[in-house]
Amino acid sequence: MLDGFDLDVPPGTLTGLLGPSGSGKSTLMRAIVGVQKIAAGSVEVLGRPAGAAELRSRVSYVTQAPSVYRDLTIRQNLRYFADVLNAPGADVDRVIEQVDLVRHADQLAANLSGGQLSRVSLAVALLGTPELLVLDEPTVGLDPVLRQELWQLFHQLAADGATLLVSSHVMDEAERCERLVLLREGALLADDSLPSLLEHTGTPDAEQAFLHLVSKASHP
Amino acid sequence: MSLRITIATARRVLAQLMHDHRTVAMMLVVPCLLLTLLWWVYDGGPVWDRIGPALLAIFPFMIMFLVTSIATLRERSSGTLERLLSMPMGKLDLLVGYAVAFGAVAVVQALLAGGLALGPLGLDVAGPAWILLGIAVLDALLGVALGLFVSAFAASEFQVVQFMPALIIPQFLLCGLLVPRSELPDVLSAISDVLPLSYAVDAMREAQLSADPSVWAEITIVVGFALGLLALGATTLRRRTA
Repeated sequence: MLDGFDLDVPPGTLTGLLGPSGSGKSTLMRAIVGVQKIAAGSVEVLGRPAGAAELRSRVSYVTQAPSVYRDLTIRQNLRYFADVLNAPGADVDRVIEQVDLVRHADQLAANLSGGQLSRVSLAVALLGTPELLVLDEPTVGLDPVLRQELWQLFHQLAADGATLLVSSHVMDEAERCERLVLLREGALLADDSLPSLLEHTGTPDAEQAFLHLVSKASHP
Repeated sequence: MSLRITIATARRVLAQLMHDHRTVAMMLVVPCLLLTLLWWVYDGGPVWDRIGPALLAIFPFMIMFLVTSIATLRERSSGTLERLLSMPMGKLDLLVGYAVAFGAVAVVQALLAGGLALGPLGLDVAGPAWILLGIAVLDALLGVALGLFVSAFAASEFQVVQFMPALIIPQFLLCGLLVPRSELPDVLSAISDVLPLSYAVDAMREAQLSADPSVWAEITIVVGFALGLLALGATTLRRRTA
Protein backbone atom coordinates (compact mmCIF):
# COMPACT_ATOMS: atom_id res chain seq x y z
CA MET A 1 0.00 0.00 0.00
CA LEU A 2 2.68 2.50 1.01
CA ASP A 3 5.76 2.54 -1.13
CA GLY A 4 9.28 3.93 -0.86
CA PHE A 5 8.54 5.91 2.22
CA ASP A 6 10.79 7.99 4.38
CA LEU A 7 9.23 10.50 6.71
CA ASP A 8 10.34 12.20 9.91
CA VAL A 9 7.88 14.03 12.12
CA PRO A 10 9.73 16.37 14.50
CA PRO A 11 8.41 16.61 18.07
CA GLY A 12 6.23 19.55 19.11
CA THR A 13 4.91 20.24 15.61
CA LEU A 14 1.58 20.06 13.84
CA THR A 15 1.93 18.10 10.63
CA GLY A 16 -0.89 17.83 8.14
CA LEU A 17 -1.22 14.63 6.19
CA LEU A 18 -3.08 15.46 3.02
CA GLY A 19 -4.20 13.51 0.03
CA PRO A 20 -7.31 12.17 -1.68
CA SER A 21 -9.29 9.21 -0.30
CA GLY A 22 -7.37 5.98 -0.78
CA SER A 23 -3.99 7.71 -0.89
CA GLY A 24 -2.71 5.77 2.14
CA LYS A 25 -3.20 8.36 4.88
CA SER A 26 -5.03 5.98 7.20
CA THR A 27 -2.61 3.12 6.56
CA LEU A 28 0.34 5.39 7.39
CA MET A 29 -1.40 6.54 10.58
CA ARG A 30 -2.25 2.98 11.59
CA ALA A 31 1.40 1.99 11.05
CA ILE A 32 2.52 4.85 13.30
CA VAL A 33 0.07 3.87 16.04
CA GLY A 34 1.13 0.24 15.68
CA VAL A 35 -2.19 -1.35 14.80
CA GLN A 36 -1.28 -2.04 11.16
CA LYS A 37 0.44 -5.25 10.08
CA ILE A 38 3.56 -4.12 8.27
CA ALA A 39 5.05 -6.17 5.42
CA ALA A 40 8.42 -4.42 5.38
CA GLY A 41 10.11 -1.36 6.82
CA SER A 42 10.30 0.08 10.29
CA VAL A 43 8.38 2.76 12.14
CA GLU A 44 9.84 4.42 15.19
CA VAL A 45 7.73 6.54 17.52
CA LEU A 46 9.14 8.63 20.39
CA GLY A 47 12.33 6.59 20.15
CA ARG A 48 10.59 3.22 20.39
CA PRO A 49 9.31 0.79 17.76
CA ALA A 50 5.70 1.66 16.84
CA GLY A 51 3.13 -0.23 18.91
CA ALA A 52 5.51 -0.89 21.84
CA ALA A 53 3.65 -1.47 25.10
CA GLU A 54 5.09 1.61 26.81
CA LEU A 55 3.83 3.84 23.98
CA ARG A 56 0.20 2.90 24.59
CA SER A 57 -0.40 5.68 27.10
CA ARG A 58 1.85 8.20 25.29
CA VAL A 59 0.29 7.96 21.83
CA SER A 60 -3.38 8.59 21.18
CA TYR A 61 -5.24 7.76 18.04
CA VAL A 62 -8.59 8.73 16.55
CA THR A 63 -9.95 6.68 13.69
CA GLN A 64 -12.24 8.11 11.02
CA ALA A 65 -15.21 6.12 12.29
CA PRO A 66 -16.04 7.26 15.84
CA SER A 67 -14.89 4.50 18.22
CA VAL A 68 -17.08 5.04 21.26
CA TYR A 69 -19.84 3.10 22.98
CA ARG A 70 -23.17 4.26 21.60
CA ASP A 71 -25.07 2.73 24.52
CA LEU A 72 -23.25 4.88 27.10
CA THR A 73 -23.48 8.60 27.78
CA ILE A 74 -20.62 10.90 26.73
CA ARG A 75 -19.48 11.16 30.34
CA GLN A 76 -19.63 7.39 30.91
CA ASN A 77 -17.58 6.82 27.75
CA LEU A 78 -14.91 9.26 28.82
CA ARG A 79 -14.80 8.05 32.40
CA TYR A 80 -14.20 4.51 31.21
CA PHE A 81 -11.40 5.43 28.80
CA ALA A 82 -9.88 7.70 31.49
CA ASP A 83 -9.84 4.70 33.87
CA VAL A 84 -8.14 2.54 31.25
CA LEU A 85 -5.51 5.24 30.63
CA ASN A 86 -5.17 5.98 34.35
CA ALA A 87 -5.85 9.64 33.54
CA PRO A 88 -6.93 11.98 36.36
CA GLY A 89 -10.70 12.16 36.92
CA ALA A 90 -10.75 15.91 36.22
CA ASP A 91 -9.69 15.15 32.64
CA VAL A 92 -13.20 14.01 31.82
CA ASP A 93 -14.70 17.47 32.31
CA ARG A 94 -11.71 19.17 30.70
CA VAL A 95 -11.98 17.22 27.43
CA ILE A 96 -15.78 17.55 27.29
CA GLU A 97 -15.23 21.30 27.41
CA GLN A 98 -12.43 21.18 24.85
CA VAL A 99 -14.67 19.55 22.25
CA ASP A 100 -17.61 21.79 23.19
CA LEU A 101 -20.03 19.09 24.34
CA VAL A 102 -20.77 20.31 27.89
CA ARG A 103 -24.48 20.62 27.21
CA HIS A 104 -24.69 17.04 25.93
CA ALA A 105 -22.42 15.38 28.51
CA ASP A 106 -25.13 13.15 29.96
CA GLN A 107 -26.74 12.27 26.66
CA LEU A 108 -26.50 8.78 25.22
CA ALA A 109 -23.92 8.70 22.41
CA ALA A 110 -26.45 6.91 20.18
CA ASN A 111 -28.62 10.05 20.21
CA LEU A 112 -25.86 12.42 19.05
CA SER A 113 -25.34 13.72 15.52
CA GLY A 114 -22.46 12.40 13.44
CA GLY A 115 -20.34 15.48 14.10
CA GLN A 116 -20.96 15.31 17.84
CA LEU A 117 -20.11 11.62 17.89
CA SER A 118 -16.78 12.19 16.17
CA ARG A 119 -16.02 14.91 18.73
CA VAL A 120 -16.63 12.39 21.54
CA SER A 121 -14.15 10.10 19.80
CA LEU A 122 -11.69 12.99 19.59
CA ALA A 123 -12.24 13.82 23.28
CA VAL A 124 -11.10 10.29 24.20
CA ALA A 125 -7.79 11.00 22.48
CA LEU A 126 -7.30 14.16 24.57
CA LEU A 127 -7.48 12.26 27.89
CA GLY A 128 -4.25 12.14 29.87
CA THR A 129 -1.30 13.95 28.36
CA PRO A 130 -0.47 12.13 25.13
CA GLU A 131 2.86 13.14 23.59
CA LEU A 132 1.78 12.16 20.09
CA LEU A 133 -1.74 12.58 18.75
CA VAL A 134 -2.59 10.81 15.52
CA LEU A 135 -5.90 12.18 14.29
CA ASP A 136 -7.50 10.67 11.18
CA GLU A 137 -9.79 13.30 9.60
CA PRO A 138 -10.97 14.73 12.94
CA THR A 139 -12.76 17.71 11.39
CA VAL A 140 -14.66 15.95 8.62
CA GLY A 141 -18.33 16.87 8.54
CA LEU A 142 -18.03 19.68 11.08
CA ASP A 143 -19.27 23.20 10.58
CA PRO A 144 -16.66 25.92 9.87
CA VAL A 145 -16.86 27.51 13.32
CA LEU A 146 -16.23 24.23 15.07
CA ARG A 147 -13.44 23.36 12.64
CA GLN A 148 -11.75 26.66 13.40
CA GLU A 149 -12.04 25.98 17.15
CA LEU A 150 -10.62 22.48 16.86
CA TRP A 151 -7.65 23.69 14.81
CA GLN A 152 -7.00 26.29 17.49
CA LEU A 153 -7.05 23.47 20.03
CA PHE A 154 -4.60 21.44 17.93
CA HIS A 155 -2.21 24.43 17.74
CA GLN A 156 -2.53 24.92 21.48
CA LEU A 157 -1.62 21.25 22.09
CA ALA A 158 1.41 21.59 19.81
CA ALA A 159 2.44 24.80 21.59
CA ASP A 160 2.25 22.86 24.87
CA GLY A 161 4.80 20.41 23.48
CA ALA A 162 2.69 17.64 21.94
CA THR A 163 3.30 16.34 18.43
CA LEU A 164 0.27 16.15 16.17
CA LEU A 165 -0.28 14.34 12.92
CA VAL A 166 -3.64 15.33 11.44
CA SER A 167 -5.00 13.95 8.20
CA SER A 168 -7.47 15.58 5.88
CA HIS A 169 -8.64 15.22 2.33
CA VAL A 170 -9.71 18.87 2.32
CA MET A 171 -6.82 20.85 0.88
CA ASP A 172 -7.85 24.16 2.42
CA GLU A 173 -7.04 22.71 5.83
CA ALA A 174 -3.42 22.74 4.67
CA GLU A 175 -3.00 26.39 5.56
CA ARG A 176 -3.60 25.51 9.21
CA CYS A 177 -0.58 23.19 9.42
CA GLU A 178 3.04 24.16 9.98
CA ARG A 179 4.14 21.33 7.81
CA LEU A 180 2.48 19.42 5.01
CA VAL A 181 2.88 15.88 3.85
CA LEU A 182 1.14 15.20 0.55
CA LEU A 183 0.29 11.62 -0.31
CA ARG A 184 -1.04 10.09 -3.47
CA GLU A 185 -1.54 6.38 -4.21
CA GLY A 186 0.74 5.36 -1.38
CA ALA A 187 3.63 7.56 -2.51
CA LEU A 188 5.03 10.67 -0.89
CA LEU A 189 4.47 13.68 -3.17
CA ALA A 190 5.80 16.41 -0.92
CA ASP A 191 6.97 17.06 2.61
CA ASP A 192 7.34 20.78 3.18
CA SER A 193 5.91 23.91 4.77
CA LEU A 194 3.07 25.57 2.88
CA PRO A 195 4.96 28.80 1.91
CA SER A 196 7.94 26.83 0.67
CA LEU A 197 5.68 24.41 -1.20
CA LEU A 198 3.87 27.27 -2.95
CA GLU A 199 7.16 28.89 -3.85
CA HIS A 200 8.57 25.63 -5.28
CA THR A 201 5.55 24.90 -7.38
CA GLY A 202 4.72 28.51 -8.26
CA THR A 203 1.07 27.96 -7.31
CA PRO A 204 -1.33 30.14 -5.26
CA ASP A 205 -2.77 27.49 -2.89
CA ALA A 206 -2.35 23.97 -1.59
CA GLU A 207 -4.87 22.45 -3.98
CA GLN A 208 -3.08 23.91 -7.02
CA ALA A 209 0.25 22.79 -5.59
CA PHE A 210 -1.07 19.27 -5.19
CA LEU A 211 -2.38 19.15 -8.77
CA HIS A 212 0.91 20.52 -10.02
CA LEU A 213 2.85 17.81 -8.18
CA VAL A 214 0.50 15.08 -9.41
CA SER A 215 0.95 16.09 -13.04
CA LYS A 216 4.70 16.39 -12.55
CA ALA A 217 4.80 12.88 -11.05
CA SER A 218 2.87 11.36 -13.95
CA HIS A 219 4.73 13.26 -16.72
CA PRO A 220 8.28 13.63 -15.45
CA MET B 1 -3.23 -7.80 34.33
CA SER B 2 -4.52 -4.64 35.94
CA LEU B 3 -7.24 -4.78 38.57
CA ARG B 4 -8.14 -1.13 37.90
CA ILE B 5 -8.80 -1.75 34.21
CA THR B 6 -10.63 -5.03 34.83
CA ILE B 7 -13.01 -3.42 37.33
CA ALA B 8 -13.51 -0.39 35.07
CA THR B 9 -14.36 -2.73 32.19
CA ALA B 10 -16.85 -4.74 34.26
CA ARG B 11 -18.50 -1.49 35.40
CA ARG B 12 -18.64 -0.22 31.84
CA VAL B 13 -20.27 -3.43 30.55
CA LEU B 14 -22.86 -3.27 33.36
CA ALA B 15 -23.49 0.43 32.63
CA GLN B 16 -24.16 -0.48 28.98
CA LEU B 17 -26.64 -3.14 30.13
CA MET B 18 -28.34 -0.67 32.47
CA HIS B 19 -29.18 1.52 29.47
CA ASP B 20 -30.86 -1.46 27.84
CA HIS B 21 -33.78 -2.28 30.15
CA ARG B 22 -35.38 -4.69 27.74
CA THR B 23 -32.30 -6.91 27.50
CA VAL B 24 -31.91 -6.97 31.28
CA ALA B 25 -35.56 -7.92 31.68
CA MET B 26 -35.23 -10.67 29.10
CA MET B 27 -32.08 -12.07 30.71
CA LEU B 28 -33.74 -12.27 34.11
CA VAL B 29 -37.37 -13.02 33.28
CA VAL B 30 -37.17 -15.39 30.30
CA PRO B 31 -35.49 -18.29 32.21
CA CYS B 32 -38.17 -17.97 34.91
CA LEU B 33 -40.96 -18.02 32.34
CA LEU B 34 -39.48 -21.04 30.57
CA LEU B 35 -39.14 -22.96 33.82
CA THR B 36 -42.73 -22.12 34.71
CA LEU B 37 -43.89 -23.22 31.27
CA LEU B 38 -42.12 -26.56 31.67
CA TRP B 39 -43.50 -27.06 35.15
CA TRP B 40 -46.94 -26.46 33.71
CA VAL B 41 -46.39 -28.79 30.71
CA TYR B 42 -45.47 -31.67 33.04
CA ASP B 43 -48.00 -30.61 35.65
CA GLY B 44 -45.25 -30.42 38.29
CA GLY B 45 -44.94 -34.22 38.21
CA PRO B 46 -41.93 -36.60 38.29
CA VAL B 47 -40.68 -35.58 34.81
CA TRP B 48 -40.43 -31.97 36.01
CA ASP B 49 -38.44 -33.15 39.01
CA ARG B 50 -36.11 -35.08 36.70
CA ILE B 51 -35.39 -32.37 34.11
CA GLY B 52 -35.82 -29.22 36.20
CA PRO B 53 -32.24 -29.15 37.60
CA ALA B 54 -30.72 -29.79 34.16
CA LEU B 55 -32.64 -26.83 32.78
CA LEU B 56 -31.31 -24.67 35.61
CA ALA B 57 -27.90 -25.41 34.08
CA ILE B 58 -28.86 -25.08 30.43
CA PHE B 59 -30.82 -21.79 30.36
CA PRO B 60 -28.09 -19.56 31.83
CA PHE B 61 -25.53 -21.22 29.54
CA MET B 62 -27.58 -20.44 26.42
CA ILE B 63 -28.61 -16.93 27.34
CA MET B 64 -25.14 -15.82 28.44
CA PHE B 65 -23.65 -17.31 25.28
CA LEU B 66 -25.95 -15.22 23.11
CA VAL B 67 -25.58 -11.98 25.05
CA THR B 68 -21.80 -12.22 25.33
CA SER B 69 -21.15 -13.20 21.74
CA ILE B 70 -23.17 -10.27 20.43
CA ALA B 71 -21.69 -7.80 22.94
CA THR B 72 -18.13 -8.77 21.98
CA LEU B 73 -18.91 -8.76 18.29
CA ARG B 74 -20.13 -5.19 18.69
CA GLU B 75 -16.92 -4.32 20.49
CA ARG B 76 -14.97 -5.68 17.55
CA SER B 77 -17.04 -4.05 14.81
CA SER B 78 -17.47 -0.60 16.42
CA GLY B 79 -13.72 0.03 16.54
CA THR B 80 -13.70 0.29 20.32
CA LEU B 81 -11.76 -2.98 20.57
CA GLU B 82 -8.99 -1.61 18.35
CA ARG B 83 -8.98 1.60 20.38
CA LEU B 84 -8.75 -0.27 23.70
CA LEU B 85 -5.94 -2.47 22.41
CA SER B 86 -3.98 0.64 21.39
CA MET B 87 -4.27 1.75 25.04
CA PRO B 88 -2.58 0.13 28.07
CA MET B 89 -5.32 -2.53 28.11
CA GLY B 90 -4.34 -6.16 28.67
CA LYS B 91 -6.30 -8.77 26.73
CA LEU B 92 -7.17 -10.55 29.96
CA ASP B 93 -8.29 -7.26 31.55
CA LEU B 94 -10.93 -7.04 28.85
CA LEU B 95 -12.01 -10.70 28.91
CA VAL B 96 -12.10 -10.96 32.69
CA GLY B 97 -13.94 -7.64 32.87
CA TYR B 98 -16.64 -9.06 30.61
CA ALA B 99 -16.74 -12.31 32.59
CA VAL B 100 -17.12 -10.43 35.90
CA ALA B 101 -19.93 -8.23 34.56
CA PHE B 102 -21.93 -11.04 32.98
CA GLY B 103 -21.07 -13.29 35.94
CA ALA B 104 -22.77 -10.76 38.21
CA VAL B 105 -25.86 -10.86 36.01
CA ALA B 106 -25.67 -14.67 36.07
CA VAL B 107 -25.76 -14.67 39.88
CA VAL B 108 -28.97 -12.64 39.86
CA GLN B 109 -30.39 -14.83 37.12
CA ALA B 110 -29.53 -18.04 39.01
CA LEU B 111 -31.02 -16.70 42.25
CA LEU B 112 -34.27 -15.78 40.52
CA ALA B 113 -34.63 -18.97 38.43
CA GLY B 114 -33.36 -21.24 41.22
CA GLY B 115 -35.50 -19.54 43.84
CA LEU B 116 -38.55 -19.93 41.62
CA ALA B 117 -37.88 -23.60 40.80
CA LEU B 118 -37.07 -24.68 44.34
CA GLY B 119 -39.74 -22.50 45.95
CA PRO B 120 -43.10 -21.92 44.26
CA LEU B 121 -42.57 -24.60 41.59
CA GLY B 122 -41.67 -27.17 44.27
CA LEU B 123 -38.69 -28.78 42.52
CA ASP B 124 -37.70 -31.76 44.64
CA VAL B 125 -33.93 -32.03 45.17
CA ALA B 126 -31.94 -33.94 47.79
CA GLY B 127 -28.79 -31.79 47.72
CA PRO B 128 -28.34 -28.30 49.14
CA ALA B 129 -29.77 -25.42 47.12
CA TRP B 130 -26.52 -23.43 47.08
CA ILE B 131 -24.76 -26.16 45.13
CA LEU B 132 -27.44 -26.04 42.43
CA LEU B 133 -27.23 -22.27 42.25
CA GLY B 134 -23.41 -22.39 42.20
CA ILE B 135 -23.45 -24.83 39.28
CA ALA B 136 -25.96 -22.61 37.45
CA VAL B 137 -23.63 -19.60 37.83
CA LEU B 138 -20.62 -21.59 36.59
CA ASP B 139 -22.63 -22.66 33.55
CA ALA B 140 -23.46 -19.05 32.85
CA LEU B 141 -19.73 -18.28 32.96
CA LEU B 142 -19.12 -21.18 30.58
CA GLY B 143 -21.60 -19.54 28.21
CA VAL B 144 -19.77 -16.21 28.60
CA ALA B 145 -16.41 -17.82 27.77
CA LEU B 146 -17.80 -19.67 24.75
CA GLY B 147 -19.51 -16.50 23.51
CA LEU B 148 -16.30 -14.46 23.82
CA PHE B 149 -14.38 -17.05 21.85
CA VAL B 150 -16.99 -17.59 19.14
CA SER B 151 -17.45 -13.87 18.45
CA ALA B 152 -14.00 -13.88 16.84
CA PHE B 153 -15.29 -16.15 14.07
CA ALA B 154 -18.38 -14.18 13.19
CA ALA B 155 -18.37 -11.21 10.86
CA SER B 156 -21.92 -10.12 11.62
CA GLU B 157 -24.67 -10.48 14.18
CA PHE B 158 -26.48 -12.77 11.73
CA GLN B 159 -23.58 -15.20 11.86
CA VAL B 160 -23.27 -15.02 15.63
CA VAL B 161 -26.89 -15.99 16.09
CA GLN B 162 -26.32 -18.98 13.79
CA PHE B 163 -23.63 -20.26 16.16
CA MET B 164 -26.39 -20.92 18.66
CA PRO B 165 -27.96 -23.87 16.76
CA ALA B 166 -24.49 -24.95 15.61
CA LEU B 167 -22.74 -25.05 18.97
CA ILE B 168 -25.40 -25.03 21.68
CA ILE B 169 -28.20 -27.29 20.42
CA PRO B 170 -25.92 -30.35 19.88
CA GLN B 171 -24.72 -29.99 23.46
CA PHE B 172 -28.33 -29.73 24.56
CA LEU B 173 -29.26 -32.92 22.67
CA LEU B 174 -26.29 -34.90 23.99
CA CYS B 175 -26.04 -33.65 27.58
CA GLY B 176 -28.21 -36.41 29.02
CA LEU B 177 -31.39 -34.41 29.33
CA LEU B 178 -33.34 -36.29 26.64
CA VAL B 179 -31.65 -39.69 26.96
CA PRO B 180 -29.27 -40.58 29.80
CA ARG B 181 -25.71 -40.34 28.49
CA SER B 182 -25.02 -44.01 29.34
CA GLU B 183 -27.84 -45.08 27.01
CA LEU B 184 -26.66 -43.05 24.01
CA PRO B 185 -25.16 -44.89 21.00
CA ASP B 186 -21.41 -45.38 21.60
CA VAL B 187 -20.27 -42.70 19.17
CA LEU B 188 -22.67 -40.11 20.57
CA SER B 189 -21.78 -41.05 24.11
CA ALA B 190 -18.10 -40.50 23.29
CA ILE B 191 -18.92 -37.11 21.77
CA SER B 192 -20.95 -36.13 24.81
CA ASP B 193 -17.88 -36.96 26.94
CA VAL B 194 -15.99 -34.01 25.41
CA LEU B 195 -18.80 -31.46 25.60
CA PRO B 196 -18.78 -29.17 28.64
CA LEU B 197 -22.56 -28.99 29.07
CA SER B 198 -22.65 -32.78 29.71
CA TYR B 199 -20.62 -32.28 32.88
CA ALA B 200 -22.76 -29.38 34.00
CA VAL B 201 -25.88 -31.51 33.69
CA ASP B 202 -24.13 -34.47 35.40
CA ALA B 203 -23.31 -32.19 38.32
CA MET B 204 -26.90 -30.99 38.52
CA ARG B 205 -28.19 -34.58 38.50
CA GLU B 206 -25.79 -35.54 41.30
CA ALA B 207 -26.88 -32.53 43.36
CA GLN B 208 -30.48 -33.51 42.74
CA LEU B 209 -30.15 -37.16 43.82
CA SER B 210 -27.68 -37.05 46.70
CA ALA B 211 -28.01 -35.20 50.00
CA ASP B 212 -24.23 -34.95 50.10
CA PRO B 213 -23.34 -34.65 46.42
CA SER B 214 -19.78 -35.03 45.18
CA VAL B 215 -19.66 -32.65 42.22
CA TRP B 216 -16.09 -31.40 42.41
CA ALA B 217 -14.86 -33.46 39.46
CA GLU B 218 -17.64 -32.17 37.20
CA ILE B 219 -17.23 -28.60 38.44
CA THR B 220 -13.50 -28.76 37.81
CA ILE B 221 -14.14 -29.86 34.24
CA VAL B 222 -16.69 -27.07 33.62
CA VAL B 223 -14.35 -24.43 35.09
CA GLY B 224 -11.47 -25.89 33.08
CA PHE B 225 -13.47 -25.54 29.86
CA ALA B 226 -14.42 -21.96 30.77
CA LEU B 227 -10.81 -20.97 31.49
CA GLY B 228 -9.56 -22.74 28.36
CA LEU B 229 -12.11 -20.92 26.20
CA LEU B 230 -11.18 -17.59 27.81
CA ALA B 231 -7.52 -18.24 27.01
CA LEU B 232 -8.43 -19.14 23.41
CA GLY B 233 -10.56 -16.00 23.29
CA ALA B 234 -7.51 -13.94 24.32
CA THR B 235 -5.56 -15.28 21.35
CA THR B 236 -8.26 -13.96 18.99
CA LEU B 237 -7.75 -10.38 20.20
CA ARG B 238 -5.12 -8.94 17.88
CA ARG B 239 -3.42 -5.62 18.43
CA ARG B 240 -2.24 -5.48 14.83
CA THR B 241 -4.60 -6.15 11.94
CA ALA B 242 -4.29 -5.89 8.17
